[in-house]
Amino acid sequence: MTALQPVIVGAGPAGVRAAQTLVAHGLRPVVVDEAPRWGGQIYRQPPAGFSRPGRTLYGFEAGRAEALHAAMADILDRVDYRPDTLVWSAEAGRLDLLSRGRTDTLPYGQLIVATGATDRVLPFPGWTLPGVYSLGAAQVALKYQGCAIGSRVVFAGTGPLLYLVAYQYAKAGAQVLAVLDTASFKDQAAALPYLLRQPAVFAKGLYYLGWLHTHGVPVHQGVRLLRATGDAQVSGLYWHDGRSEYRLPCDAVGFGYALRSETQLADLLGCRFRYNTLQRAALPECDAAGRSSVPGVYLAGDGAGIMGADAAEWAGERAALALLADAGQAVNTARAATLEKQLARTAAFRIGLERAFPFPCDWAAHAPDELVICRCEEVTAGELRQCSQDTGAREMNRLKALTRVGMGRCQGRSCGAAAAEILAHACATGPDAVGRLRGQAPIKPLPFAAMLPQDGETA
Amino acid sequence: MGLLMRVAETGRTPVRFVLNGQALTALAGDTVLTAVLTNSAQLRNSEFSGEPRAGFCLMGACQDCWIATESGQRLRACGTLIEEGMRLVTGVEAAPRSNIGPNEMPSAGTLT
Repeated sequence: MTALQPVIVGAGPAGVRAAQTLVAHGLRPVVVDEAPRWGGQIYRQPPAGFSRPGRTLYGFEAGRAEALHAAMADILDRVDYRPDTLVWSAEAGRLDLLSRGRTDTLPYGQLIVATGATDRVLPFPGWTLPGVYSLGAAQVALKYQGCAIGSRVVFAGTGPLLYLVAYQYAKAGAQVLAVLDTASFKDQAAALPYLLRQPAVFAKGLYYLGWLHTHGVPVHQGVRLLRATGDAQVSGLYWHDGRSEYRLPCDAVGFGYALRSETQLADLLGCRFRYNTLQRAALPECDAAGRSSVPGVYLAGDGAGIMGADAAEWAGERAALALLADAGQAVNTARAATLEKQLARTAAFRIGLERAFPFPCDWAAHAPDELVICRCEEVTAGELRQCSQDTGAREMNRLKALTRVGMGRCQGRSCGAAAAEILAHACATGPDAVGRLRGQAPIKPLPFAAMLPQDGETA
Repeated sequence: MGLLMRVAETGRTPVRFVLNGQALTALAGDTVLTAVLTNSAQLRNSEFSGEPRAGFCLMGACQDCWIATESGQRLRACGTLIEEGMRLVTGVEAAPRSNIGPNEMPSAGTLT
């Protein structure tokens, strides 16, 4: 057997289960995570000194959250755990790290990339105003800090998270003025046969919706978001229901359109990508076990395509088993087959979720020219359209070079999906035909000081 | 006027810090973002339009919550915990664009 030097990036559901599986086979993986404590975004642990119980923080998922936290706590002495550590670049056999202001390199023999997801954002005019946050941000504020994003909050967009966050806020005592869903009742009815494949998950969704109704939170479906207004902070949200325009005075808006995979690391590692029509994004290719197109690099969890937290746990374990098997270790093949079956079932359920909360395909057509698409570099939809028209640019990296869209600090994490929609619409084609923003190092900003020779080193 | 509203976990130890010269109080375990935005409605100004910003994703992806200390050090507010005696300033523009981001490697980012 070859010497194994496994590294896992990410300590959410996929990363923790992958680590646990490797440890169970006698390995000592390095686990690198940007967060100060394990759990990922969904099972994010509050800082020390917070006291709310798991039931309050994680609701129906408290059991799963606590099991995942315990799984990692159990193996802490058998992993090289590196919290507060950013992987800012990667190449074959090596990761570049930043931790507490200092850079370092980490060699790897095998790598499991479990980088998770962030909100998929389709902006509206006024989305850069203070008080307007992503849905995920609204949830982090509550779960991790015990704060609401405002005192009179509107939640908007679409996706399962929309109803969950609204429910969590109302339950925590925040005033939720309305839930504005761009999906229609018709969409949700059409999705029913798929959703019923996972009745327990479906029942939770119905519970949140029912709870909002009985607690007087208005839910409007089939809406289109028009704009947010305000000076120093947001003071109102305008929306349309297909017949009339409405204005809702508020001091905070949380919005998002499901999730997008965090794929920049897989990209830097040279993984082959393929456009996924269901997820409306280019994703790193992998087989049912999580093997990417690059030998020794495995993908697991939402970073390889949005499948949700339960599937991420299975995918993390499955990828670790693949890593072990590829290195010649004996693994439980029956367990591997079971995990693949569970993942396949989840994939069918995801089709239902995409139908219930469809991507608003007419978003780009309605986006006004003055809409800021890229909040880092403040590039508008009109500038993107003009550039495409003037130069013939039909590809995202070309558009980036010409307009700076996606070139700022966020590296397209916030604006990439929206910019691709605008370009595709301008070219009268689909988002599959405009390419994808290439990942570039550093994927997140580095301080100058970290790049200078450090103590005891010479330049 | 603060942007964020505390709805739980209010019994934590107070932490004193200074924002724009004014002495304020946060709670132990607050991020810099929470400490500032429970007291104020902005963290920074956009270096292009000059408009106020107060973060967006709260999970280290959007990079729209960088804030400066009085000594000029830059912190990502959503990922840094507040410390006793921290002296912060809002409304400072981020570093000049010629220094920003991967396309200016090897200077690689900015923010100090």
